[in-house]
Amino acid sequence: MTAQAGEVFSIEPLGETMLLLRFGERVDEAVNAKVHAAAHTLRRVDMPGLVDVIPSYATLALRYDAAFWAGRDGTPAWEHLAGALRAVFATPPRVDDAAGRLVEVPTRYDGADLDAVAAHARLSIDDVVARHVGAEYRVAMLGFAPGFPYLLGLDRALHMPRRAQPRLRVPAGSVAIGGAQTGIYPRELPGGWQLIGRTPLRLFDALADPPALLAPGDRVRFRAIGDDEFDALLVQARA
Amino acid sequence: MSVVVIKAGLLDTLQDRGRDGCAAFGVGTSGAMDEVSLRLANALVGNGDDAAALEFTAIGPTLRFERDATIALAGAPFEARIGDARIAAWRPVRVDAGDVLAIGRALDGFRGCLAVTGGFAGERVLGSASTDINAALGPFGGRALRTGDVLAIGANDSVAIRHHDDMRLPAHWSLDPRPWFDADPARPIRVIRGAHFDALDAASQRALFESAFRVSSDSNRVGLRVDGVALTLRTPLELVSEAVAFGTVQLPPGGQPIVLMAEHPTTGGYPRIAQIAAIDLPRLAQRRPGATLRFVEIGLDDAQTRYLRRERELARLVEAIAQRLQS
Repeated sequence: MTAQAGEVFSIEPLGETMLLLRFGERVDEAVNAKVHAAAHTLRRVDMPGLVDVIPSYATLALRYDAAFWAGRDGTPAWEHLAGALRAVFATPPRVDDAAGRLVEVPTRYDGADLDAVAAHARLSIDDVVARHVGAEYRVAMLGFAPGFPYLLGLDRALHMPRRAQPRLRVPAGSVAIGGAQTGIYPRELPGGWQLIGRTPLRLFDALADPPALLAPGDRVRFRAIGDDEFDALLVQARA
Repeated sequence: MSVVVIKAGLLDTLQDRGRDGCAAFGVGTSGAMDEVSLRLANALVGNGDDAAALEFTAIGPTLRFERDATIALAGAPFEARIGDARIAAWRPVRVDAGDVLAIGRALDGFRGCLAVTGGFAGERVLGSASTDINAALGPFGGRALRTGDVLAIGANDSVAIRHHDDMRLPAHWSLDPRPWFDADPARPIRVIRGAHFDALDAASQRALFESAFRVSSDSNRVGLRVDGVALTLRTPLELVSEAVAFGTVQLPPGGQPIVLMAEHPTTGGYPRIAQIAAIDLPRLAQRRPGATLRFVEIGLDDAQTRYLRRERELARLVEAIAQRLQS
């Protein structure tokens, strides 16, 4: 069922209305960059008959209109679409063309697990913050909840397993570490990641277009802020 | 110009065909569990097939209509009365201002659908009036209906139903629910092998198609848990999160499969051992907790061909209903 298209990706059907384009099997920034580049190409060529285009770490999922892609010659719709995709990607997409926007996320580093993260990393709290703001991250994918970004690029020293006991309520805007990744809780949710800080920005607003502050493929930098700026930005975000 | 929830049922939510185009932002589709019943209920009251209807579960709500309206019940058969009059499903029914529609227990199956001419004018969020409880999106802030809630009815600008003057029934016919509603637990659910089916050990591969399973009571609009023989992998798989779909059968470490349903999250990281055939999703959605489940294999090409055929048949039926409503 898997069809090879050069060496770029394989195609895996997931039911009657979805195809996964697989670029790898692991959490890897280079693999993920190919996913974003492919999504960028599909937007550029304005590929018809697609309902949803869903980037994740190693695959780009396409939910499609099976009636649109049904072949008149008896070719199954999924094969018809797979053929069209191979044609679009005959020239592999250039990763450089899909660099994403750079978004700054002001963050007050006062999370409930900041001491634990520092102890685990054998660093001072100031060093934890310096390393967290020192890196540039990439939004690998969104998932778990609307607007929740999984960010790749976390300093190795800050990698830390999730909490053994997840919290029932993590405050909205919490900046957190889960394994090799960092992420931001868009609203109050249950969660097991290590909380290191909070941003006053609104990560998800269903009435905005686009509804999420961060899109897959965007680049992110955190900036440390104090109480005054946090409060001022929070007022703005709620206005 | 509205409908008041006099007494909420077990799980009443406004649903349409779901929220497309936002999965990249982590927003799932949600939408009706039994999409075929939703589309037919809407057709029976002259709505377009994206109008919002009320989905109810196991025990339905009691509703007071504050205005005249035309309604249709579809999906699982439920006890339904206005005063002493029993209200038939699968046909348009006239209700008068002041009427109280009491929907009781499901007599068979699990989920019913109530459409009203004009549609329930639920708040549309990201292009859909579907309720997504986990994401807190949709009408009423994304929650199930409560006693006291007031539902607005939208204007119907599409189809004028010609009303015969004598009775509640504007049409002297009803739709045969077969094959569109089918909760028969004796009939197997067709599944396509998933990407990780081959990672199941030999006994588990056989068990998936030969064992009888049951719908766990720990099931909801997000996922249907499958009780029965625990399934195991040859060796553990290290997978990374990627997109999942309505009907994806995941296998968490405990060995109890979960079928992702309408309100599933956009991504998942468990092995995907199977995919419920799209044509059988409405049938699966009608299995109540405790109901027997058997799975039988279908190939992807066959499943896709049958799905497209069903869509054509459904479109023809919807067209035929529209013509009958105006004759």
